[in-house]
Amino acid sequence: MSDTHITRMKDLPSTHLLGAGTALCAGCGGLETLKEVYDILGPNTVFVNAAGCMTLMSIYPFTPFRGSWLYTAMASAPAGAQGIRDALDIMKKKGRLPADQDTQVVVLTGDGSASGMGLSATSGAIDRNLDFIYLCYDNEGYGNTGQQTSAETPLGARTSTDAVGVGFPREKKDLFSIWAANRPAYVATVIGSEPVDLAKKIEKARDMKGPRLIISLAPCPTGWGYTPEKTIDIGRLAVKTGVWPLKEYVDGKVTHTVVPGSRRPVEEYLALQGRFAHLFEPARNETLLAEIQQRVDDYWQGVSAAQVPA
Amino acid sequence: MRKLLTGNGAAAWGARLADVDYIPAFPITPQTEIIEDLGRWTASGEMPAHMVTLDSEHSMLTAAGAAAAAGARTFSATSSQGLLYGMEMLYTIAGWRAPFVLVNVSRALAAPVTLEPDHSDILAARDSGFLQIHCATCQEVLDSILMAYRLAEHPDIRLPVIVNLDGFYLSFTREPVTLPEPGDVTVFLPPVNEEFAHFRRDKPVSHAVSVLGGGPYSYFRYEMHLASQRALSVYPEIAADFESKFGRRHDMLECYRTEDADIVFVMMGSFATKAKDAVDRLRNSGEKVGLVRPRLLRPFPAEAICQALADRRGIAILDQNLSMGMGGVLYSEITAALFRLHLPSPPVATSFIGGLGGRDIRTEEFFEIFKVTAEAADSGKVPPPRLLYTEQELREMRKLQAIAQVEESELIRLEEAGT
Repeated sequence: MSDTHITRMKDLPSTHLLGAGTALCAGCGGLETLKEVYDILGPNTVFVNAAGCMTLMSIYPFTPFRGSWLYTAMASAPAGAQGIRDALDIMKKKGRLPADQDTQVVVLTGDGSASGMGLSATSGAIDRNLDFIYLCYDNEGYGNTGQQTSAETPLGARTSTDAVGVGFPREKKDLFSIWAANRPAYVATVIGSEPVDLAKKIEKARDMKGPRLIISLAPCPTGWGYTPEKTIDIGRLAVKTGVWPLKEYVDGKVTHTVVPGSRRPVEEYLALQGRFAHLFEPARNETLLAEIQQRVDDYWQGVSAAQVPA
Repeated sequence: MRKLLTGNGAAAWGARLADVDYIPAFPITPQTEIIEDLGRWTASGEMPAHMVTLDSEHSMLTAAGAAAAAGARTFSATSSQGLLYGMEMLYTIAGWRAPFVLVNVSRALAAPVTLEPDHSDILAARDSGFLQIHCATCQEVLDSILMAYRLAEHPDIRLPVIVNLDGFYLSFTREPVTLPEPGDVTVFLPPVNEEFAHFRRDKPVSHAVSVLGGGPYSYFRYEMHLASQRALSVYPEIAADFESKFGRRHDMLECYRTEDADIVFVMMGSFATKAKDAVDRLRNSGEKVGLVRPRLLRPFPAEAICQALADRRGIAILDQNLSMGMGGVLYSEITAALFRLHLPSPPVATSFIGGLGGRDIRTEEFFEIFKVTAEAADSGKVPPPRLLYTEQELREMRKLQAIAQVEESELIRLEEAGT
């Protein structure tokens, strides 16, 4: 028996919960993910938000959420989740809250908070085995302030603080492994352009207890330099080129849920984005292109047969 | 029941008697004893609350605010660097209108780092939206926590409250403390009104959302300010109710031997007990002197302060804090309040900074302060603010500097000798 119920596009919810008309940018990959995640989690949720793009989701007196929302600060959304989870548990235990009025607590932050300022609070929440879902939309920079370099900016990407030369000269931080090393209940990568894979993982995470992390690569038209209609194409290429491996961690084991059969060259993904344009114009930077391709190749070389579904 | 308790012990008992649900915690000297007591009681089941240690004070305050907004009666405690580390969240959760009680055990701020007290930490939180009650005795700590929950949870206020006590001088000093009967406390402080509980399934809310523009922003900030000010009329009701149930009265201001006083000392916290002793001695030698000790600092009880001070000849304001480049915080607040009265002949107000980093204020210094203030009242000439420091202290400091110098020269000499 499968532990999820969604197996194909037809199984995805046909009605959508998240309200339209928010202040987010057209083509926002993070919003695309949130919309898909919300459809699976349902309205009985409280999103605990940190400073970032999503802070503009709810602007007084409007909200796109049918459930609850609490904006905290950039560094401490997981601690806000702790306070709400604990309060609800205490009130249930003391008979002041009927069990059916309980709510799923979901932290929602960008990569700037998830892999930088919020790591202390996140680490504490994992230590305490907090029962929550952490949804990180990773747009590989401080997107809300104009795409400055963050801990998740990848090699060769130009940002507004690495705006010249080769762009950001170092590695993207591996948040997946940081979490997995501490043996939480669940860690998964997803992307909005692969909605079935995403839905399966959210469905699985929804019914678990303990700390659960979902990292979504969030293509960002304004920060990555492309027109909004390309969000889906770029997302699909991130998977097909192997740049964004779709995987999950459960019970000490990492499994790749989508394995690109013959990986497309990474430059197909890079060439669509203004932040990598310097790799192609005025002249091709063959060294850096090869280096980026090599890193992706090395990653997949390291993926053992045991990490791939049969 | 009477018990010999430290200030920290009294704070822990305050939380226990208030029947709190939730205690997010983080250790810091000199506050840690509070959460150790609470940790022991929650683990043994003597106290039906849940305590959790967070990764920082910033997280601790976030969790406290979130839990209070969700409807749990919440208590927390911190001190000094911890209060400042959580400063962003003090402002934030006050804006959430999340009512809970935070005990701050005052400790001077780095740098240089020290463990001993002054009020620089708590006054840094002055404008956060938290109400502030300053205590001088262990009994007052316990009683103020119970009163603070009434204030915080009052439907017209809905703001968090800090109860402040001085590190070491009060946190580690044992005094006999009367513990109210839990049954009587429940009557004084009924369970949390869950009308305001958020986030449960049947009461979804988007809380602490963004605003666009200064209009809505100002509205919400003004609402906080007005709610804080409403505490000025609510506080006396709570104090009267507390007195009727427990027989102890804690006003916004403590006025000690002020009835006919010409000269009045003004200071906050446990060091004010030193001023009381000086008042008694000066009274014994025939001087008309008293003490005014503000307990409620936020909201600022301007009217009560003016009433207590306007008719004096001289006021000596002792600040156990130092706003760098300006001077004493209490001094500027009190003189501003008096200035608004536009008195034809206002009292002279002298400013003294003392007790920084736990430095003692000796009785002779109070005598000197009295003398300087009385002379100013006679002459109408107000001396500049004075930083309390003795020649003896300066001599001791010079000795330390000399040792540092000798040690440094010795290191250089050894280095040059190649050893």
